[in-house]
Amino acid sequence: MKLDTNTINKIAKLARISLSEKEANDLLKDMNSILDWVEQLNEVNTDSVEPLANISSSTLPQRKDEAKDINSSDEILKNSPDKLEGYFAVPKVVE
Amino acid sequence: MSNLIKGNKYEWETVIGLEIHAQVKSNSKLFSNSSTAFGSKPNSQVSLVDAAMPGMLPVINSYCVEQAIKTGIGLKAKINNYSVFDRKNYFYADLPQGYQISQYKYPIVGEGKVSIDFKDGSSKDIRIVRLHLEQDAGKSLHDQNPTKTYVDLNRSGVALMEIVSEPDIRSADEAGLYINKIRSILMYLDTCDGNMQEGSLRADVNISVRIPGEQFGTRCEIKNLNSIKFIKQAINYEAKRQIEILEEGGTIQQNTLLFNTNSGKTKPMRSKEEAHDYRYFPDPDLLPLEIDQKIIDKLVNSIPELPDERKRKYAEDYNLSNYDASVLTADKYVSDYFDSVINSDNALIDSAKIVANWITTELFSLLKEKNIEISNSPISSEYLGKLIKLIKEDIISGKIAKDLLIEMFESKEDPEIIIEKKGLRQVTDTSEIENIVDEVLNENQKMVEQYLSGKDKLLGFFIGQSMKKSKGKANPKILNDILKLKLSKKN
Repeated sequence: MKLDTNTINKIAKLARISLSEKEANDLLKDMNSILDWVEQLNEVNTDSVEPLANISSSTLPQRKDEAKDINSSDEILKNSPDKLEGYFAVPKVVE
Repeated sequence: MSNLIKGNKYEWETVIGLEIHAQVKSNSKLFSNSSTAFGSKPNSQVSLVDAAMPGMLPVINSYCVEQAIKTGIGLKAKINNYSVFDRKNYFYADLPQGYQISQYKYPIVGEGKVSIDFKDGSSKDIRIVRLHLEQDAGKSLHDQNPTKTYVDLNRSGVALMEIVSEPDIRSADEAGLYINKIRSILMYLDTCDGNMQEGSLRADVNISVRIPGEQFGTRCEIKNLNSIKFIKQAINYEAKRQIEILEEGGTIQQNTLLFNTNSGKTKPMRSKEEAHDYRYFPDPDLLPLEIDQKIIDKLVNSIPELPDERKRKYAEDYNLSNYDASVLTADKYVSDYFDSVINSDNALIDSAKIVANWITTELFSLLKEKNIEISNSPISSEYLGKLIKLIKEDIISGKIAKDLLIEMFESKEDPEIIIEKKGLRQVTDTSEIENIVDEVLNENQKMVEQYLSGKDKLLGFFIGQSMKKSKGKANPKILNDILKLKLSKKN
C-alpha cells in the first residue's frame, strides 16, 4: 500500500492540521516507510489465527454505578480561554 | 389502511427507518463516575475523563451494560457475548475527546423486533437491526450570542443506547406508533426514563419514497428530533418534498437534514465536508466487552411483565379489544392504575371495559387539563373503582357520575361521602318518579297532544324535562318506562 499527497492532505484536514507543501512531502515519505514496515506482517500466514485484542489475558475492568458529586465547574473551566456563566465559549459553530 | 401518498402522477410509498437514541437510566456516566442528573449547573458534572484531559482512561459502568442487555431482551433481540468499543472520530466543540466511544462492527445487541398496534386491531412487526452502547456529547447553545457558541459538558459521556430499525416503517403514523412502543418498553424495563422533553429519547429519521414494488429510493436523514409530533411533521413534509422532486424528473440528493420546528420544513445541514469519514477503529483504551452467559440468564429472569404480555392478559382475562388493551398498556403507569382499579374490587373484573373507558376518556381529560401525570392522580384507583361500582349498582346515573368525578378530582374525597353529603343518590323509587312525570306532562299538555298525534321525537323532550326536575337523579331506565306507560295510557 502506498499513500499519495492527496491522502496525506485529506488526513491532515480530518485531523484539523495545516501542512505546508514541504511538510506534506516529508510526511508522505515517513508514512510510506511506516506502512512498508508494517506490511512485513503480511508475510506471515494468519488464516487460522483469531484476531488478538490485547496481549494480556485480562478482561475489561468494570466499575459500579456510583456517582460522585464533584462540582467540577471551576476546575474544568480553568484552562478555557473564554467562558461565560459556567459555559465554555467557543467560536460560533452553526451559521 | 392505505399508507400511499398521492402525487400528481403516481401514488408513492414512504420508506422509513429510525435510529433512536435512548439515554440509559443510571446514576453515573458510561465511562466515568460523574453524575447524570439533568438540569444541574453547567459543567458541574464533568470529570477529567469527560473533559478528555490527557492521560485519563475510561472504565466501563457495569450497570449501563446490564441496562443495555435488559433492553435487548425486551426487544426480543440476540445478546452478543462479545462486543467491541470503537472510536468514531469527528470534530465538534461539544466533543472534547475528538471522538465518540461507540460500537461499530460488534454491537452488544443484535437483531430483534417490536410489534405495533393499529386502531383496527391489526398489528405489524418492525425489525430491529441492532442496539449499541455509546457516549452522549455535550450540549451546545447556539442562539445566545451572534458570534459564539456556549458549551456545557454535563451530558458529555452519559450512556446512550442507539436502537436501529430496519426500513420497515411506511408512514408518519407508523413511525409514531413505533417510537411510542419503544418508549413504552424502555419505561417498563426502567432502562430509560423516556422523557423526550429533556432529550432522554431522540430520533434520527431515514426516509425515502418509491412507487410500491420498486427498489428503495435514495434516502435522506433528518437529525435529532425530540418529539413524536415533530417526527410526524418532518416525515410528512420530507416525503412530499421528495415526491415533488421525483415527479418533476429530478433526483434526490442523499443528504443530512435538520427539521425547523417553526417553519415545519426540512433543510440540509451545513455541509460538513468529509464529515462522514468517521475512521472507526477499536478503542485501544478498552478491551472487548465479554459477557458471561450467566449474567444474561440472570437478567432474563429479572425482566418484568412487558406491555405485550399485559396486553395479551387484558384481552384474555378481561375481554378487552386489542386496541383498548394497547392504549392501556402503552404507559406503564396507566396500566398499573388500571390494574389497581380492577384489583380494588372483585366485582369490577366483569366491568373491565367500563373501567378502561372511564380511565381513557373522563380521567385522561381531567388529568390533561391540569397537566397531571396519572401516577399523581388526585383520584385514587380505589375511589375510581368505588365510583364505577356505584354506577353498576344503579346508585348513581352515568351522568351524575361524570360530575361526581370532577368533584372527586378537586376534593380527593370518597365518592360515597360526596353522594351522601349532596344527596346525589339516584332515585329508583317509582312513585317519586311517577310524580315527577305527572308534573311534567301536566305542564306541557300541548306537547303531549302533539306527541299523541305522531310526533314521536318529543319523547326525548319529556325525558329531558323530567330528568331536569329530578336534578339528574332519576334512574333513566325507570323514567323511560314510566313515561312511555303514562303516555300510552293517555291515548
